[in-house]
Amino acid sequence: MKHLKPLNAKARRIEADIGAAIEEDVVALQQAPRPHVPLGCSLSFSPGWEVDASGGTAGLCQPAERDIYDCYVTCFWPVQMADHVNYSADWASNCAAATKDWRNLDVVFP
Amino acid sequence: MTTLLEHRYRAGEMHRFSAAGEQFVYLPQAGAIFALDEATDGVLGLLGDGVAAHDDLVAALTGQGMTMADAEGLLRELRMVRLVEAENVVARAPVVDTPPDDFPLQALVLNVTNQCNLACTYCYEFGADKISTQTGKTKYMTPETARAAVDFLLESAKGRDAVHITFFGGETLMNFRLLKEAVAYADARAAETGRRVTYSLTTNATLLTDPIIDFLAEHAVGVTVSIDGPEKMQDARRVYKSGKGSYAVIAPRLKALIARHTTRAIAARVTLSAGVTDVVGIYHHLKHEIGFHEIGFAPVTTTDDGHDFGLNGDGMSAVLAGFNALADEWLAYALRGEMHGFSNVSETLSELVVGTNKSHPCGAGLGLLGVSPSGDLSPCHRFTDADDHVLGHIDSGVDQAKRSDFLTRGHVGAKYECTSCWARPLCAGGCHHEAFVRYGDTGHANLHYCDWIRGWTDRVLDIYGTLAVKNPEFLDRFADRKGLS
Repeated sequence: MKHLKPLNAKARRIEADIGAAIEEDVVALQQAPRPHVPLGCSLSFSPGWEVDASGGTAGLCQPAERDIYDCYVTCFWPVQMADHVNYSADWASNCAAATKDWRNLDVVFP
Repeated sequence: MTTLLEHRYRAGEMHRFSAAGEQFVYLPQAGAIFALDEATDGVLGLLGDGVAAHDDLVAALTGQGMTMADAEGLLRELRMVRLVEAENVVARAPVVDTPPDDFPLQALVLNVTNQCNLACTYCYEFGADKISTQTGKTKYMTPETARAAVDFLLESAKGRDAVHITFFGGETLMNFRLLKEAVAYADARAAETGRRVTYSLTTNATLLTDPIIDFLAEHAVGVTVSIDGPEKMQDARRVYKSGKGSYAVIAPRLKALIARHTTRAIAARVTLSAGVTDVVGIYHHLKHEIGFHEIGFAPVTTTDDGHDFGLNGDGMSAVLAGFNALADEWLAYALRGEMHGFSNVSETLSELVVGTNKSHPCGAGLGLLGVSPSGDLSPCHRFTDADDHVLGHIDSGVDQAKRSDFLTRGHVGAKYECTSCWARPLCAGGCHHEAFVRYGDTGHANLHYCDWIRGWTDRVLDIYGTLAVKNPEFLDRFADRKGLS
């Protein structure tokens, strides 16, 4: 800590806790001071549920449908996507390899 | 279109104070003390009693020459310590939890007798506000009861290497024979399991003899003497049944006690009452003319009507003025690296050093229980022989339902008035017994001395801050301090 100096045992424990804490590891997506990229999507190198600089999806470096497949399989985030547990268990059955078969991922009509 | 969430902050719960030209803050949610720098002071100034947006604070800080990264870092630091918090954070309702049934005992107060050879007019055990119901009960604890109490303590103190027994009365020394037997028995029982028992007693000193003093010294029994000061003040209310004062009797015995008993600090415990408020005069008499190592003061416990001995507002103001004068002395000693004997500062300071944050005002019913001459358990010695407050018996153990009720009501989280008070980590609502005498409920906050407690805590924080700046090593001496009793 740079600005506060702990002066009793309890304050030193707080300082130690802060020192040991992982940098605020749970944050809202757009929380200040800067926008955060969801960790899971960024690791798998797909942009997540995002928009391009113009607010649309046309300019993304990967097709938006790729996101959907990524979310369908791995993501815990409750977004508007095909639900592989209850309603759309075979949604990805025609997509053995996402890099080749992503065109087979179709829109879901509930 | 997503709207960016704008983060707005307000100041967290804190008590600020300054000492020796520096700024400090005491955090009631933790009991932590921090020194703060100008930048922090600036942010808290910008917030004031209102709220400010994160970006506005950053802009203000960078406007003062701070880099963006430093400004963000400062706000993060204040957020983590909770000096600032998001404006929409709702404080958690205080949790009133009771400890587990097998919470290990640490200390027993054995009321070896409920008889006394003095008849102090303000006495909570015999006076107008007494809650004890002694009629028909055993007057002197028997050796069987004392042994059973020792066994009960050792059995209930699982996991502790050391336990403590305080001998109390009545006048404790009216049953000195039992005290001796209890010490021998407890030492033997503790040795069997490789544990230790420490001892203390409270006495009015009238019955001290050289053999008794030697016994106390040999067994390192801590001695606290109830005494009100020089002859005139001592004899105002600490009198025999005939009305005769006790000063002349105890003065030579105290000199002998202090001269012969060198294994523990000898403490005086002064009860302040109407007309007995010259704290500074009393302190100097007891410290320098009698020779006590430590002197602690407490206002008399009384009902709201005060009787003739209660302290009114003027009396309490005089007491606080005296406390402040002695606190000045205490600090002057501490700055020279010397220990002053005014234990009201030492006790509060040692709690601040640790960062105590109490769920209950004291250990009564938690790690400490009182035992009456007949073997009844009570929250502490002040509730001894009071039928309405019995928490079990040494033969049958603790009545968990009653104990739980006592602790639930006495929890600081159950005292609404305390939830917004910055001094609650140390006070936790104040003495259960005093609350019962005054409000008829052990779980009532002692509202009659809130301002006094805050004033006193603030004074000791001031000493703390001054020492932190000028003689920080002195504070380390209090890290391991244990209560004297």
